[in-house]
Amino acid sequence: MNVLVCVKRVPATGGHIALTADGQDIDTRYLGFTISPHEECAVEEAVRLAETHGGSSTVLTLGPEVATEQLRDAMAIGIDRAILLEAGQGEWDPMATANAIVDAIRSERAAGREYDLLLFGNESADSAGYQVGIRVAEALDLPCVTGIKALDVQDGLASVRRQTESGWETAQVRMPAVLTVKEGINLPRYPSLPGRLKAKKKDIERIQPRPQDAGLEKVRLKLPVMAAHTVEILGSDGDAAPQVVEVLRRLRLV
Amino acid sequence: MSAAPHQANVVVIGAGIVGNSMAYHLARLGWREIILIDKGPLPNPGGSTGHASNFIFLTDHSKEMTLFTLDSVKQYKDLGVFTQSGGIEVARTQERMEELKRRMASSRSWGIEAELVTPAQVKELVPFINEEIILGGFSTPGIGTVDSLRGGTLMREKAQAMGALTVMPMTEVTGIDIERGRIGGVRTTRGTITTNTVVVCCGIWSPRIARMAGASIPLSPAVHQMISVGPVPLFSDTVGEIKYPIIRDMDTNGYERQHGSDMEVGSYDHRPILWDPDDIPSIEQAKLSPTELPFTKADFDESLEHALELMPEILGDPKIGIRHAINGLLSLTPDGLPILGETPEVKGLWSAAAIWIKEAPGIARAVAEWMTSGVSEIDPSGSDIARFYDHQKTQAHIQARSAEGFNKTYGIVHPREQWASNRNVRLSPFYEREKALGAVFFETAGWERPNWYESNKPLLEEYGDRVMPRRYEWEARWWSPIINAEHLAMRDRVGLVDLSAFAVFDVTGPGALAYMQKMCVVQINVPPGRVVYTSLLNEAGGIKADLTVMRLGDSHFRVVTGGMDGMRDKKWFTDHLPEDGSAQLSDLTSSWATVGVWGPRARDLVQSVTRADMSNAGFPFATCRAIEIGPVRVIASRISYVGELGWELYVPFEQGAQVWDRLWEAGQRHRVAPVGIGVYATTGRLEKCYRAYGNELEQEFNLVECGLARPQVKKDEFIGKEAYLKQREEPPAITLCTLTVDDNTSRSGFKRYMQGREPVTTRNGKPLVDRHGRRSYLTSAGSGPSIGKTILMSYLPPEQAKVGTKLCIEYFGEEYPATVAIVGPTPIFDPENTRVKS
Repeated sequence: MNVLVCVKRVPATGGHIALTADGQDIDTRYLGFTISPHEECAVEEAVRLAETHGGSSTVLTLGPEVATEQLRDAMAIGIDRAILLEAGQGEWDPMATANAIVDAIRSERAAGREYDLLLFGNESADSAGYQVGIRVAEALDLPCVTGIKALDVQDGLASVRRQTESGWETAQVRMPAVLTVKEGINLPRYPSLPGRLKAKKKDIERIQPRPQDAGLEKVRLKLPVMAAHTVEILGSDGDAAPQVVEVLRRLRLV
Repeated sequence: MSAAPHQANVVVIGAGIVGNSMAYHLARLGWREIILIDKGPLPNPGGSTGHASNFIFLTDHSKEMTLFTLDSVKQYKDLGVFTQSGGIEVARTQERMEELKRRMASSRSWGIEAELVTPAQVKELVPFINEEIILGGFSTPGIGTVDSLRGGTLMREKAQAMGALTVMPMTEVTGIDIERGRIGGVRTTRGTITTNTVVVCCGIWSPRIARMAGASIPLSPAVHQMISVGPVPLFSDTVGEIKYPIIRDMDTNGYERQHGSDMEVGSYDHRPILWDPDDIPSIEQAKLSPTELPFTKADFDESLEHALELMPEILGDPKIGIRHAINGLLSLTPDGLPILGETPEVKGLWSAAAIWIKEAPGIARAVAEWMTSGVSEIDPSGSDIARFYDHQKTQAHIQARSAEGFNKTYGIVHPREQWASNRNVRLSPFYEREKALGAVFFETAGWERPNWYESNKPLLEEYGDRVMPRRYEWEARWWSPIINAEHLAMRDRVGLVDLSAFAVFDVTGPGALAYMQKMCVVQINVPPGRVVYTSLLNEAGGIKADLTVMRLGDSHFRVVTGGMDGMRDKKWFTDHLPEDGSAQLSDLTSSWATVGVWGPRARDLVQSVTRADMSNAGFPFATCRAIEIGPVRVIASRISYVGELGWELYVPFEQGAQVWDRLWEAGQRHRVAPVGIGVYATTGRLEKCYRAYGNELEQEFNLVECGLARPQVKKDEFIGKEAYLKQREEPPAITLCTLTVDDNTSRSGFKRYMQGREPVTTRNGKPLVDRHGRRSYLTSAGSGPSIGKTILMSYLPPEQAKVGTKLCIEYFGEEYPATVAIVGPTPIFDPENTRVKS
């Protein structure tokens, strides 16, 4: 089976996020880049599917030239092929992104490359639009399940499970289908040295997406006000025990 | 947050391994009311200690660094945080195999157990290594790893247990107050602390903190890439953090070190990635820590391939992943050495910076001793912050040299190797003349000094085999037989030597004499017009400096010292100037160019350009005075470091060229040769057995041991006198001797020539150690073209310090027989000094 997984290059932020002076971007002077944890799991899932069922896995991203770093990261853990939609600098909104991906999938089809599964992360780590996978499914008229945390493929059917507040939902979809994956579906592997070196030498296919109309316009980014935390140190070593007991009592835990 | 204590005897800034060790050693030495500040949390405030790979290789070609390392290992062991694993430097090239032999020699010189091993032996110790791509290894069983965060915590706690230390984490220094050139206080985010002493232990942030006080700590933060790969199945049964020896893959500038179930792979192979201290992220801005920056993968690709070649079984396993990867920041300096001691700019502001895990506790002990009594057991002169000239503190210099030095971390660095970057910084007025004569310039303290002149090539024919040609590329590197030809030409006729790199200080004022008496060992109250050669001692009687003083007037002394030592000596002098201002020191280095004229025909030459009486009676040895050379007034000083008749001529800088021209023109009749520093600093000096600071002379040795004790001690007080008098009463534990090599022929049948720092042993290969544990090694080595022998100097214990003692020198894995020729300071060439005094 053939699997396509779509990812997005995002800054690897720490606890504190700084914005550029114009409020248009995250200040990335001190940051590396990555993909969202959901996408990491989607990539891992794509590798496992190809390993288990044969066929091939392809990773696709829309972004600037430097996003080839994320494509190679995916190939380092076992993805076979990579496609960069050369979007240049600047953010593409979910609608434009989805349209460009749809175009790319259609031209893949035209070249005889059909995908059984299109995997996405449930949402990106930065703008978190929750939209691209669903929009692609809609445009290609494919079934779509979002937020999946388990996947089993058999006889052209994908059995998936998603977690809700009240329990697990189970669904079956006929492939080809679009699935958006949530962190927890698997434990992604680390890249091995040979994997990293192999990925470095692999070709990356490039597609120039046609310009798209955007549905959203970014005005500016704003940092949410962080709730102030106060930490009270109750003591150290055994001396702290009575105070800890007192706190537990207050919380009615003992 | 609570307010800071208002007062401290010393504030230590930075709670990494250096600051913690510093707080402990200060407390141990009796300091109280110590405050240790860090802007980060404990035990890992976010500096380089927190991400260090924490392994310790013992051998360095530098004695100072090795001694610091050995002391550190001892301290880590005492704290219980050292794990011995052994370590092997492996060679992939024949050139590296030769270097490993040299590392064996350094190990023997400094007393470290080590051996050269075959690829099969490496495989036995490290079963997962690909022994087919290595030619051999240099194995040191004493190598190991430390828990530097735990070690630092323990030291901090010891200081606290003594009631000596207040620790203030999460406290940022915002300013440093100076009162009349001295530290007055430290401003922090928790209030101001009044103090007279601050130690900057801030690693990569040190330049920023020093700048708050108007001082300079010239280091650069630089990236060292490291990844952690695992889990390695072979390591699953490891108890503790390490079981297999650490491997340094020297030819690819990388290392592999087990850390629990992972293998850490680090590299000094990638392009130098330097950071400006002002651009380092804050704790909030950094994802991991301010010194653990995002890994730039492309820079590490080649290192990955090298590591995979060397350990394919482990690192080639597709199930083993890269679990952690960082661009770790560490400190680099323009000359590769740490930056220690009180800053020349601000009294009471001390630096303990550019220190790596392996040497930190040892250095902290030395700096704490230095702060306490003025003297440390291990001589830190090479790392003294006072060594830097102003140009060496510029960002351009720091960045250029740190970048150039980075890839030499595991490099094969020749002892005479020259820096390529930031050259032509200080040029003497003779420079253009020298260039026209084909000078090959070596750098000292920024000065471009001719080491030899290609224009002297015809002399090679004149002297034939007497130039002691060198067959081996290593010894011929950064060397030319022309040096030895220039030497012979000077001894036969006359040579001109550019000495403008000298540091020149004038001491003047009504208190000048009393002050100079206090500084110098030798009687300074000589008639004006006399030149004195003297040592300067520290309080413990260790040798602090070695220089000449001209008395130019009743209250006017001119101090001349080596370019390498100039700034350190200047600080020593400045620190002791009388507080009442009765003596002043001015640095005239940039005012006076110096040319030495030496050789049997020097008198004829100088006499032909001046009307002054240059005869032996009219201008005796060890005197100085102004003479006229054409329209230029020159200070002539009749001394010599090469053992020849002649003068040092001190010329106002802007008039230097024309004095050179007059000497050059008049010299043609005498077949004058331009002579380089190769002769001045090595061949000429060694034939006269003159001691050089940094080679023979250092704080670890005293005047009796190095043979510079005079028959009489002056009545006047001077620094170190008490210790010196005591040293004179005891038989020396070790004595500086001059040796010659009996036979330079190697097993290959060709002659080989030692370069200095090699171990000296008995003929049976037994190392020589004095009663204080000091080992015998070559302090200097070089050609003696006039005597046709290789001349060596070494301190020897009493049993060996006898003329005729047969000894051995280890050089590139072979033993060369040598014999003690001279005990003490008598020259091996012209022992009566008839030439100098003719």
